[in-house]
Formats: sequence, structure tokens, C-alpha cells
Amino acid sequence: MTTYTPETLSRPLPVPTPLTRPFWDALAERKIRIQYSPSLGEYIFYPRPLAPRTLADDLEWREISGAGTLYTYTVATRPPAAHFASAGEMILAIVQWDEGPKFSTEIVNADPAQLEIGMRVRPVFCDHPEGDITMLRYEPETNS
Amino acid sequence: MGLRGEAAILGYCELPPQRKLTREPSFNLEQWARLSKAALDDAGLSATDVNGVITPLIGEADMFVPSTVTEYLGIYANFAEIVDLGGAGSAAGIWRAAAAVELGLCDAVLVTFPGTHHFPMDDRKPFVMDDKMHFGASSNAFGSPQAEFEIPYGNLGQNGPYGQIAKRYGYEFGYDERAMAKIAVDQRTNACATPEAVFHGQPITVADVLNSPMIADPLHMLEIVMPCQGGAAVVVGNADLARKSKNRPVWITGFGERVPYKTPTYARDLMTSPMVHAAEQAFSMAGITRSEVDMVSIYDCYSITVLMSLEDAGFAEKGKGMDFVTNHDLTFRGDFPMNTAGGQLSFGQAGVAGGMHHVIDGARQIMGRANAAQVADCNRAFVSGNGGIMSEQTALILQGD
Repeated sequence: MTTYTPETLSRPLPVPTPLTRPFWDALAERKIRIQYSPSLGEYIFYPRPLAPRTLADDLEWREISGAGTLYTYTVATRPPAAHFASAGEMILAIVQWDEGPKFSTEIVNADPAQLEIGMRVRPVFCDHPEGDITMLRYEPETNS
Repeated sequence: MGLRGEAAILGYCELPPQRKLTREPSFNLEQWARLSKAALDDAGLSATDVNGVITPLIGEADMFVPSTVTEYLGIYANFAEIVDLGGAGSAAGIWRAAAAVELGLCDAVLVTFPGTHHFPMDDRKPFVMDDKMHFGASSNAFGSPQAEFEIPYGNLGQNGPYGQIAKRYGYEFGYDERAMAKIAVDQRTNACATPEAVFHGQPITVADVLNSPMIADPLHMLEIVMPCQGGAAVVVGNADLARKSKNRPVWITGFGERVPYKTPTYARDLMTSPMVHAAEQAFSMAGITRSEVDMVSIYDCYSITVLMSLEDAGFAEKGKGMDFVTNHDLTFRGDFPMNTAGGQLSFGQAGVAGGMHHVIDGARQIMGRANAAQVADCNRAFVSGNGGIMSEQTALILQGD
């Protein structure tokens, strides 16, 4: 157990690892790049050294469109942790990419009342210069 | 395959949960000793009969936990195990204990889960909130998938992910919020017949549940467990000790377990929980059918966990669980007795000891010790455990002679 305590409860940001770096680098370029296993015949997410289930050593990075459907969501009326106290109401979502894998994210630019599971959603790239990272959020495709 | 039904629960101790601790604060290790002694006294066995221990994570050790426990209690154990399966850990510990007994490794195994987190304090050893506590059972360590792909989006803790599961359920099968509320209402009725329950004497209605604050849409506050201070211990022993025990032995005749993922995002089919496999294996091993069970104790951190467990364990048809709970009386005097001491929703959830509530609920009924909440002629129980976000699940079949 670590005893490290952050001095301020700022929102946690992703920290890429050497293995996951291609995913994050792509986001910074407004692209979505995830891994594909030819022998499994499936895209996978999150990035790994070997394909889950088969442990095949053939994962390759491929760019996908990032379009998908809203698989499920919940409206968090209370912050999920003290670090999110300033975030207000959050729409915690799982998006399923058209290529198959599911992705933990937030829905932004949307009124919860307009959300329906199965609706089409599109990427929103969010730069966080304070963490030198771009995060991938989603919004309804019907947004103008 | 599996158990022969030659190991039994012989005694137990379950502290009445408290919202605010009025008992003396104590460390997990101290609780380990006292809870274990109480369970042995309950069984009528002595500490020297014990040669196995199963423990969850404890506050005073990050590693070498089992040997820390055996040293503290003075037990020369042949089998000392730490189980890290969250709310499934208790049920998981029971079958591991039964396996150790049936293999002849142990005569008796203590499965002790401290559940009081109010420790003595001293400024020279300050309590430090770590990431695990901040982020609710997720790891925020560098390289952890949760730290990189979930926590930054607020996908952490329990309320959000369970809300997501309930929302998806409604999309696939339809949603009747009154049926979901009835789960909490019937369990509260059971708690009102159980003086040790934290909500004893406080009946609720469906309207009360639906009028309670929405925490994670569609889940209301009264569909979500309230954290409490408590703790529980169970003694599992062999047939020789069963003959010496004061209680009717509760034989462990079947179990199943499945641990496929940690976070619901990565479930291949979120609507098919690990309980499908766990329950099927448990019933198959015990050689009994669903209809032969006299009561069930279903892990109930959230109403949706109960609903999907009833379906996936095979008691209700998939997608028809809402009809099932509407059409059955889930109280101890009903046609489908479930969580007869109130469940964790109404008895109280004493941290990781919450899972043991269901083990003891089943054992108490089979031993015939449930007093006002006793199910008549109760000989067979189904118990479920659930850890993480419906991502680690265990099933047990318990039987009287």
C-alpha cells in the first residue's frame, strides 16, 4: 500500500506507459488508434502486450474512426471521488466502438434527458495541457 | 468433481452492524482474535482444534497477512490463505476452508472477516488516505489499467458502474422501478424481525424507496447498502468435530466461482454475470435443483445485483426477474425466502465482512436459530457472493442432515 497522498485533490489524468503510448499519441493528433489481433480477428482495448484470451503475439496498431454507440451510462449526481467535486453532474458512459471494443468515457455537450442507449455518438478530443495528455470523450452525433 | 459434503459450518459470530461505532475501536488483528474466539465458543470447539485460517486484507499488514494472523492467534496452520475477492471473499473463503478440510489438511478452519474500520488513533502513526481509499477499490498505480483508462473519466467506486449495469438492464429487458424497490422493502420486513439488524424497527414502503435520493440513475439511495462497522467469523470443521459441536452442522455440498474481469466496461456480455457459471457448478456439485432450496441469501450491495443474481443463478427466467420479485413474497414467511435477516441493505454492510452476512444467514436458518425470522423446516440454502462490480462471484450450497 502506498502512503503517497496528493497535496491537492485535482482531477486525475492518464499517464501513458511505453506500451500504451501509441494510443495517446494518436489522440493528440485527433486520431484513434487501437490494437488488432489478426489471428483472433478482433480489435482489443485497452492496449496489452499480447491478445487477451489467446495470448497471441501479433497485436498491431490500427486507426479506427472512433464512431460508436452508447452502450450504457449513468448520471452521477454526486462526485465519484473528492477529486471530481468541481466537475458537477457527470455522465459516466461506456461507448462501444463500431469495431467492437468498449471504452470507458464521459458524455459531454449533452442533456441527460436526450440520451438513449444505442444512440450514435462521436469523439470529442479534450486537451489537458496540465497533464500533457488528450482525453477522449463523446457527444451525441445529433449535436450540430 | 468437487466437494463430498464432509465439511460443515459448525459455529459463527456476526457482530450487529453499527452505523456509528459505540463499541471500543480496535485493530483488525484484535478483531480477528475476538471474532474467532466467539465463533469457536458458538461451535463449542476449542482454539486448539483449529489448524487453518482464511483472512481478507487487513489494516495492519500489506503482505505476509496469513502468517501475521496465525502468529497473533498462536495457530500452527497447515493451510493459511488470504482471499482478495471483495464481497465474494467470504463465500470464497468458506469453500476453500471446506476443500482444506476434505483434503485432510485441516480439522477446523477459521474464516474470519473483521469489519470494523474505526481503529485506535495516535498522532505518531497518522492515518493516511491512499489512492485505493480515494478511488474506491481501484488501483491508481502507474501502469494500472484502471489508473489510465477508467479513473480519469470518473469510472471508479461502485455507484456509477452499478448504475450503468442497471441502465443497460432496462434497455435490454425493461425496467420496473417498483419491482426493484420491492426487493429493498421485503428485505426490510426481514430486518424488522431481526433485532441485530441496523434498520430493525424501521419498516419502509415502495414509495419510501422511490422517494429516496437518486444516487446513480436509476438506483435510489435505499437500493444501495449503507456502510457499517461490524465483523464476522465462521468455523468450518470436519465430521469428527461436527459430532462434538453444539450446533446442527451445515454441510457445504456445492460451490462455484468465476472471476472473469474487474471492470464492467470489459465484460463481453454485461448482462450475463459470472453467477451463471458459479451457480450452475454449485448446483451440479451438490446434486440438487433450484426448487429444492428452502431459502436463498443473495449478495445485495445494490438491488440490481439481487435481480441479476436471481436470474443468472437460475431462480428466475433471464429478463423476467422484475416479474419474479413482484410475484413472490421474499420475506422469511413468504414463498421465496431471501436475505431473511435483512440482507446487507437492511442488516448493514460491515465492509468486506458483508459477504459473510449471507453465509451466516444461510447457516443460521439451517441451524434453526433465526428466531422470529425462522423459515419453517429449512434444510437447504443457496448463498451468493459478489465482489468488484459483479465481476467476481461465488455460489455455495449449504445443507443440513
